[in-house]
Amino acid sequence: MSIFGSRDVAAEPAAAAESVPAESVPAVPAEPAVPGRPAVPALSIRGLGKRFGDVIAVNGIDLDVPVGSFYGLVGPNGAGKTTTLSMATGLMRPEMGTIRIHGIDVWQHPLEAKRLVGVLADGVRLFDRLTGEQLVTYSGLLSGMDRPTVAGRVADLLRMLDLEAAAGTLVVDYSAGMTKKIALACALVHAPRLLVLDEPFESVDPVSAANIRDILTGYVRTGGTVIVSSHAMDLVQRMCDHVAVISAGRVLAAGTIDEVRQGASLEDRFVQLVGGRRHAEGPEWLNVSQDLPLETP
Amino acid sequence: MVRHLLALRFLVLKNTLRRSPWQLVGVIFGAVYGVGLLGGGLLGLIALSTQPAEVAGTIVTLGGSLLLLGWVLIPLLASGVDQTLDTLKLRTFPIRLNTLLLGLFVCGVLGVPGVVTLLLALATAATWWQHPLVALAAVICALVAVATCVVGSRMVVSLSSVFSSGRRFREVAGLIGLIPLVLAGPIIGYFTAGIGGGPMGDFTALANALGWTPFGVIWAVPAELAAGHYGLAAIRFVLGVGVLLVATLLWRRGLAVELVTPPHTANRTSAPGKLGFFARLPATPAGAVAARSLTYWTRDPRYLRQLVSLIVAPALMIFYSILFNSLGYLNAIGPIVALVLSLAIFSDVSYDSTAFASHLSSGLRGVDDRLGRVWAIAIFAVPVVLIVDVVSVAFSGAWALLPGILGLSIGLLLSGFGLSSVTSATVVVPVPAPGDSPFKAPPGAGFSNVASTFATWGILLLLVLPEIVLFTIGAATGQAVWGWLTVLVGVVLGTFYLWLGVRRGGARLDARGADLFENLVRHA
Repeated sequence: MSIFGSRDVAAEPAAAAESVPAESVPAVPAEPAVPGRPAVPALSIRGLGKRFGDVIAVNGIDLDVPVGSFYGLVGPNGAGKTTTLSMATGLMRPEMGTIRIHGIDVWQHPLEAKRLVGVLADGVRLFDRLTGEQLVTYSGLLSGMDRPTVAGRVADLLRMLDLEAAAGTLVVDYSAGMTKKIALACALVHAPRLLVLDEPFESVDPVSAANIRDILTGYVRTGGTVIVSSHAMDLVQRMCDHVAVISAGRVLAAGTIDEVRQGASLEDRFVQLVGGRRHAEGPEWLNVSQDLPLETP
Repeated sequence: MVRHLLALRFLVLKNTLRRSPWQLVGVIFGAVYGVGLLGGGLLGLIALSTQPAEVAGTIVTLGGSLLLLGWVLIPLLASGVDQTLDTLKLRTFPIRLNTLLLGLFVCGVLGVPGVVTLLLALATAATWWQHPLVALAAVICALVAVATCVVGSRMVVSLSSVFSSGRRFREVAGLIGLIPLVLAGPIIGYFTAGIGGGPMGDFTALANALGWTPFGVIWAVPAELAAGHYGLAAIRFVLGVGVLLVATLLWRRGLAVELVTPPHTANRTSAPGKLGFFARLPATPAGAVAARSLTYWTRDPRYLRQLVSLIVAPALMIFYSILFNSLGYLNAIGPIVALVLSLAIFSDVSYDSTAFASHLSSGLRGVDDRLGRVWAIAIFAVPVVLIVDVVSVAFSGAWALLPGILGLSIGLLLSGFGLSSVTSATVVVPVPAPGDSPFKAPPGAGFSNVASTFATWGILLLLVLPEIVLFTIGAATGQAVWGWLTVLVGVVLGTFYLWLGVRRGGARLDARGADLFENLVRHA
């Protein structure tokens, strides 16, 4: 797993990552999800590692996302999902490892690779003093599309995501769910071949979530590839065809949903893989029914 | 509770500084600078004790007024105010308003500027050591004055954020409403400049006038005592305490409103299909960046604040030209405006904060990013500078100097754009986050902003040295050819620096964009 293409990799981080090898990583077959498609994965990650100070956030991740797959990335809080996706989309420089998108190395040829990807990043601001319509238009124009194409697509996206009424409202005044949706529109507008969505369903209402799911499923059916990170196991189990479980910066299991869940529900399998479930009630002082007199103000 | 708030403030400060060492460097340099200022001030104040009481009183009143003016104005114009304890975040806790007020006040005193001000103010007692009773009064007045400094700055910021929490036009109105306040000093100066003759006479007159304004009234008390005017001293003291009380009440009102006003009460909507600048600028990546920047220049209060200093600089020059009765100062307005505007995009990426991710992940070429940002500011900066040049010369009447002034302004503007294109792709400076009050300063911001601004000015000065030399020769010899040569060099050399800066800055973004973004995340 010592594929250290980056020139600024010191010997020490490599040793640190190798001392804790990801022994439980099953070999992911790089076979195409749809028979007859080329075997170059939409996203291929090899030996990815990243530290923040003393904390190892990503500790030797290998992952292959086949073309045309709907890939779920699940893991507990702080597992390294966002860090992995940030490095895969060129937002964060990996300390070691290589990332290829449709065979193009993201860190050797960033501009070419980035044109193939649509990104919805989590915990990142938007240019929220623009109106929703302006923001999506901006994303389209940044990717170098011409004005009529952008205008048509922006109208389509706003309609599909139920944002037409809010098209002229500043994004800063959007609710959390609407903000997610407009960010998704920004990721979709240049018709990428790979969609990387970090927590796309967080705080989105059920109806919008179902609409988004339909859009994504249709996109996958026509040959697009989607990676979503999520905490909602049910959703991943129903929506995705592949899944990877990540914990403490390593891949614990990866493959098709059925391969990973091994007959159990994804949630049970997840808890079993990751561990850390506690069967305990809260502390005694949190017990409101205690006969504490209410202080009168 | 107050102690708890204070502990919280220092804990937050410590953790923030641990996260970004450069801010720590900023704070340390700020402290060193403060100590230097303190030492100089102390020596000066002790030396004053050998002067006649009248002179000492004049200097103390002038200095004190300046100090208080600085406390009130600097947060608005330059650095913002340290809001380590964000009132918005404290809203959910059951803290009494008066406790919060006291807590914020103590936190304000116990910062680097607060401590330096306190020690300096107390040192005014040393000026009067030959009159122990006056020295005692000076100590009491100093305490009132320092409290007024801290409360005054909080009051202005609190009121301005109350103004700016509403709709956009109110944001703008809040900023514009501050301008008269900003110009209060020069205006007072104007009305008093005519009195008295000679430089010391001017100062005495100014001190007399300031001594009856909210800024100087408390500082003038000891001198009145020393002169034996007990009645006047008592009146001034009462007025000074009154100023503190009024400021406190205003701040309390502002804080009370802030506590119950949600951060976004505005609901700004335009009709669908209205793309604004996006429809008017070319549909290229660089054009889109320019349209986005222009939209922010008109909508984001943080950008608008940079334009306020644009009005202040010429106003100061006008003030000087009246004070010293020389129209020559007016000629400097154009180049100063060019300087301010050229470096206004110097922290552009820092203002983007993590929204810069959309540039990074879309595969936008660095050159297009740089070009778009320069384009946006050039659209209004170039005409503004040219008009200001011509208008200011029209008032000063120095038409012979116009070509030189134009050349210098163009050189400054273009070279500054080039320089800013490199710096904003290289360094992340601590700025208020998007949506925050434009008057909020991250810790250590004051000094690191001043330091980086001066460093950038120094480099810019070197870049435009040829224009400066040519302009000076032209002004000294009075030969028109030098002025026209300045225009030529300004345009050619400026364009070259602009081209170089956009190229270098763009290449830097392509190569190190991800590292810049990581830095932005750390500051977010």
